[in-house]
Amino acid sequence: MSWIWMVMVGASILCGAATGRMDEVAGAALEGANAGVELCLAMVGVMCLWMGVMKVMEKSGLVGGLSRCLRPVLSRLYPQHSGDERIMGAVSANVAANLLGLGNAATPLGMRAAQLMAEGAGGVASDSLCMLVVCNTASIQLIPATVASIRQAAGSVSAFDILPAVWLASAVSVTVGIVAAKVMARMWR
Amino acid sequence: MSMVVPCILLGVTAWGVSRGVDVWSTLVEGGGEGLRTAVRMVPSLVGLLCGVYMLRASGALELLEGAIAPLLGWVGIPPQMVGLLVVRPISGSAALGLGAELIENYGPDSLVGRTAAVMLGSTETTFYTVAVYFGAAKIHRTRYAIPAALCADAAGFLAASWAVKWLFG
Repeated sequence: MSWIWMVMVGASILCGAATGRMDEVAGAALEGANAGVELCLAMVGVMCLWMGVMKVMEKSGLVGGLSRCLRPVLSRLYPQHSGDERIMGAVSANVAANLLGLGNAATPLGMRAAQLMAEGAGGVASDSLCMLVVCNTASIQLIPATVASIRQAAGSVSAFDILPAVWLASAVSVTVGIVAAKVMARMWR
Repeated sequence: MSMVVPCILLGVTAWGVSRGVDVWSTLVEGGGEGLRTAVRMVPSLVGLLCGVYMLRASGALELLEGAIAPLLGWVGIPPQMVGLLVVRPISGSAALGLGAELIENYGPDSLVGRTAAVMLGSTETTFYTVAVYFGAAKIHRTRYAIPAALCADAAGFLAASWAVKWLFG
C-alpha cells in the first residue's frame, strides 16, 4: 500500500513538474482530501441501510437456507470432497455468504474450508483448494452495496440500475475462473 | 430495475418476521455497523482520493490513458479504466478511490462511470484474497491459483465493459 501511495505522489509530482502544472497538483491534493470525506459522508446512508438489511438476512438464517440449495451444485465443483460433511458445509456457507454480500461472514468460512482442504497436503495447494481461492477472488455478490452507494453519492438517477450488468460481468468472470482452474489443473503438475 | 430495492426490503423484512427475528432492532444494529464501516473508510479514502486527484491534475493519468488507449479500445474497454485495471487486483481501497473519482468526474450515469462501477462490483481484490486463504491454510506452493484468478479478473473487466455498452450504450 505504501508503494502504491508513493508511486501516485511521485508520478504526479514528476508529471506536474514536466508539464508545468505544479499549482494545479498542489491544489488537487487538498481538493482530493476534501473529496474523500465528502464521498464517505454521502455514502453513509446507503451503507447503513444495506448493512442493516444484510444483518437481517444473516440472523434470519438465509445463509443456511441458501447454502443447502447450493450444496448439490458445489459438490460437482469439488468432487474430491463431495463426501466430506465439514468441508462441503463450510464451502457452501462461504458461497452463500458471498452471494449475499456478507464478506465478514464469508471469509472465516472460506478460511476454514481452506484449512480442512490443506490438511496433510504438506503446503502444496490441491486442485480443490485452488478452485476455492479462484472462486473467492471472483466477486459473486448479488447486491454491490458499496458501489451503489458511491453512485448514489455522486447523484445517480438510479444507483442500482447497474445490477444486470454487474450480474452478467460476475457470471462471466466466475465461469472463466472455474474453466481456467479446471484447464490449468490438467496442465500444471 | 427500480423495483429491486423496495422488493428486497419487503422480502427480507417479511422473511425475517416469519422467522421470528426482531427485524427492526437488527436493522438498526446493522446500520450502526454500516456507519462504523463508512467512518473507518474515511482516512484511507482521503489519502487515496488526494493521490488520484493529484495524478489527474498533473496529467499523468491522461498520459497513461493515451499510451494504452489503442490497446484497450481494441478490446472494447474505455481508456479511462487504465488505472482501475492495474490497481483492482492489488488494493481494494485504492480501486475504490480511483473508481469513485471516475464516477464523480464523468458522472455516475455516464458510460465511463457505469463501467467503473460495474468493474468494481464484479471483481475482487485478488491478491489480498489469495494471501488470506493460502495464509490461513499454510500453503507455500500456490500452483496455478494466481494465474487462474487473474484470468477471471481479465474476463470480468472485459465483460463489464461489454455489458455496460450493450445495456446502456
